[in-house]
Amino acid sequence: MDGFNAMFEKAKERIEILSSLESTKEESIESMLDKKGYDRRDFMKWAASITAMLSLPSQFTPLFAEAAKLADRLPLIWLHMAECTGCSEAFIRSDAPTVDSLIFDHISLEYHETLMAASGWQAEENLEHAMKKYEGKYILLVEGGVPTAMNGMYLTLGAQAKTGLSLVQEAADKAAAIFSIGTCASFGGIQAAAPNPTGAKGVDKVVNKPVINVPGCPPSAANIVGTLMHFLLFGTLPALDRYSRPKWAYGNRIHDLCERRGHFDAGEFVESFGDDGAKDGWCLYKQGCKGPYTFNNCSTERFNQHVNWPIGAGHGCMGCSEPNFWDTMGPLEKPLESHLVGGLNKTVDNIGTTLLSATVLGIGAHAVASMFVKNSDEQEGE
Amino acid sequence: MANKRVVIDPITRIEGHLRIEVEVDENNVVQKAYSSSTLWRGIELILKNRDPRDAGLMAQRICGVCTYSHYKAGVESVENALGVVPPYNAQLVRSILNESLYMHDHVVHFYHLHGLDWVDVVSALSADPKKASELAFKYSDSPIATGTDELTAVQKKVAGFVEKGQLGPFANAYWGNKSYKLSPEQNLIALSHYLKALEVQRTAAQMFAIFGAKQPHGQTLVVGGVTSVRDILSPARLAEWKSKYEIVKDFIDRAYYADVVMAAEAYSTEPSVLGGLGVKNFMAADGMMLNRTENLFESGFIKDGDLSKVYDIDEMKIKEDVTHAWYEGDEPLQPYDGETLQKYTGFIDGDTVNGAAKVIDPNDKYSWVKAPRYDGQAVEVGPLSCLLVNYARGNEKVKKEVGDFLAKTGLPVGALFTTLGRTAARMLQTKLISDNAITTFNSLIENLKTDDSTYTKFEIDPTKEYMGRFIGEVPRGVLSHWVRIKNGLIDNYQAVVPTTWNAGPMDKNGQIGPYEASLVGLKLEDPKKPLEVIRVIHSFDPCMACSVHVMDIKGQELSQYKVNPLGSGAAC
Repeated sequence: MDGFNAMFEKAKERIEILSSLESTKEESIESMLDKKGYDRRDFMKWAASITAMLSLPSQFTPLFAEAAKLADRLPLIWLHMAECTGCSEAFIRSDAPTVDSLIFDHISLEYHETLMAASGWQAEENLEHAMKKYEGKYILLVEGGVPTAMNGMYLTLGAQAKTGLSLVQEAADKAAAIFSIGTCASFGGIQAAAPNPTGAKGVDKVVNKPVINVPGCPPSAANIVGTLMHFLLFGTLPALDRYSRPKWAYGNRIHDLCERRGHFDAGEFVESFGDDGAKDGWCLYKQGCKGPYTFNNCSTERFNQHVNWPIGAGHGCMGCSEPNFWDTMGPLEKPLESHLVGGLNKTVDNIGTTLLSATVLGIGAHAVASMFVKNSDEQEGE
Repeated sequence: MANKRVVIDPITRIEGHLRIEVEVDENNVVQKAYSSSTLWRGIELILKNRDPRDAGLMAQRICGVCTYSHYKAGVESVENALGVVPPYNAQLVRSILNESLYMHDHVVHFYHLHGLDWVDVVSALSADPKKASELAFKYSDSPIATGTDELTAVQKKVAGFVEKGQLGPFANAYWGNKSYKLSPEQNLIALSHYLKALEVQRTAAQMFAIFGAKQPHGQTLVVGGVTSVRDILSPARLAEWKSKYEIVKDFIDRAYYADVVMAAEAYSTEPSVLGGLGVKNFMAADGMMLNRTENLFESGFIKDGDLSKVYDIDEMKIKEDVTHAWYEGDEPLQPYDGETLQKYTGFIDGDTVNGAAKVIDPNDKYSWVKAPRYDGQAVEVGPLSCLLVNYARGNEKVKKEVGDFLAKTGLPVGALFTTLGRTAARMLQTKLISDNAITTFNSLIENLKTDDSTYTKFEIDPTKEYMGRFIGEVPRGVLSHWVRIKNGLIDNYQAVVPTTWNAGPMDKNGQIGPYEASLVGLKLEDPKKPLEVIRVIHSFDPCMACSVHVMDIKGQELSQYKVNPLGSGAAC
């Protein structure tokens, strides 16, 4: 528990610092919650669920409750680069907390082009004002890849036609922390797929500061909001994996906690979409599922308030939270061949055809895949 | 006296990056307008040489707002090329997903993207909640989220921000502009619905996710069918869809419909929303399969506002012009022959009402969006076009819905040909879809009694060449995707999308597109606070990432496609 104790102490310190800052809201979160009919019990239940989601022990619950009350100290600037707005759409589906309470009660959303009322000069004014007023204090969230070819001119913004590249660099310089929301901002995304005609890159490739990546196409609302909550509590980057993804969300493979995992171990595979195996919820590995190579919490969090997820809906995982997945995981509906020739695929075929010691072989396949993904060391962020 | 230039960049509350510029005369009346998209991503180029089965999931990333439209178009253009017909269950589920998308997308557009152009948030703070609560019954027999207590709470919540000059996402907008026409009480009703809609849209997204895996970016369509067979065969899941559908439909009936009626009444004499229809050619495609024989919407083309004649669409008459788009080329080309070579010329230094800025040079190229033309004509697409084409075709459901709305508001048919009409048409389209989606759902239930198939097997012969296309109605209008497959891989991919039709720049003949034409003649109260412009542009529901994707930087010539007759309809 030493590690946790240290985290706990750090979190307490962080809360003290936050408490000393000036609030951006006139009314306390407690009184706002009270008016909305939430009692302390509801609030603590919410804090407990956040604690559980972050895989922390229950003694962290009161700290999350404290942090949430202080969350309105947090000015956010959200910039759109080369993207499809899917991550913003995912963000507005948040229910823990809901998007209206998030925006009106918890955070101070200073700039977000999809949601803000101001346009044109007034919008630019809001951005400049926020970057100045909260210099060194705001969180920068970036959605979309950053086009770098042609000096960044594939994306210009504002009346002065600044490039997206220069704007994201300027905003990053003055930010307290930078979150890349979605696979495009994290790793370049679809526009960076071969032949990457616009020279699109992840944000961490164009700024000189550490960036927390929250990939996914799009990431679930829980991962976006959970990452914000983590920053509020600890005031530092969370523990990150080798791709700068928070471990609490991206620490396990889809495959590890998949609801169809039993069928993989038993050698029961969907051989064709819509067959009897598909109707019985068998493993989608042979239909191209990339769950064994993909780190994310979709298996447990799912999407849209746990309603469903790709594997639940009978489609394999396409690996959307991994770097360059469009190029490395395709064809999306076929198992990978290049990565594990004679490895996992062969094992799967063995299971499918001979059914010999199916469970043992399934575990063996798992071990092979684990070796494959563990070849780079994970790192702790600070 | 020379015209003054107004630059609005970024246009916010849209998908993507859009710049609008207008030139106003000394009376602040718009003389000229320019529409420019300032981002290019190159997705069609990226699709080349990929497995055709990946087309749907990749093309889907064109847009995360109308997320499902490009997914379905990508999958169905490949099916069209390969001659694959998915089972009836799969066709119905695809239609249910499309209906679910519309019910989500249009509600979010009206309240969160367009609503603040009609609703003055600051004015709502001076409303009497009790009066507002009573007033809500004028527009709906059973209004939603408008009780006195609830309205008081909404008012208090927003007042907290305003008193300390801390408006959050509402900061620095054009509040108080004289072209805002709702009374404080009406503004409060709408503001309450703005917040309620944030909740309802989450339910609408869940409705989609039940059979679609997640929203945005569903993951359940494959070439040959759908994969969510377990959800489709589960009575619990079917019931879950129906109960969520009822919640969303209820909001559409009791809030969305009522609020548009309220806005139509309040804005019926406001000049800045009674124009806004510069291009009077309209196109619509088939959409919303209800059962084996019936689609809710039919396709067609209306020329020059003449509703007495609806033409069938001839695909060969679609051409794209790049005279003023950042691509090289002299002649308008049919999409199959699309020859595109980037030629970025940027902006020039200029004066604006807000001081020096980079501005569009109208004599040069000025947008990443091409200018599509039908038979040489600029065309508007979208919900208004869809309703007009179907009204003119004599579609009974559409005629009744439009007729009821006009009777309820006392507006003449001519009121449809306006900015206000465009916004009303989107609501009426949503109402039609939400009323009829249950027919599609019941068709599925009926068919599942005897048939549980969801997938058709197929093969791609690498020695053969295939070509095919999808044309269908999506939330922003007519969408088409075109694919050629060679050596088992995508050889070429093109998408001609609704926002391209509407947002395109001037063509070779000096003909301007719907966005630009809709602004000419508009009078601004204050050019430094161009609310009127934003309102007109938002009424089209801009989706810029969709519209900017068409480019082949090698300038390769695409070969001829075989043209299939429009309106297979089955899977639209």
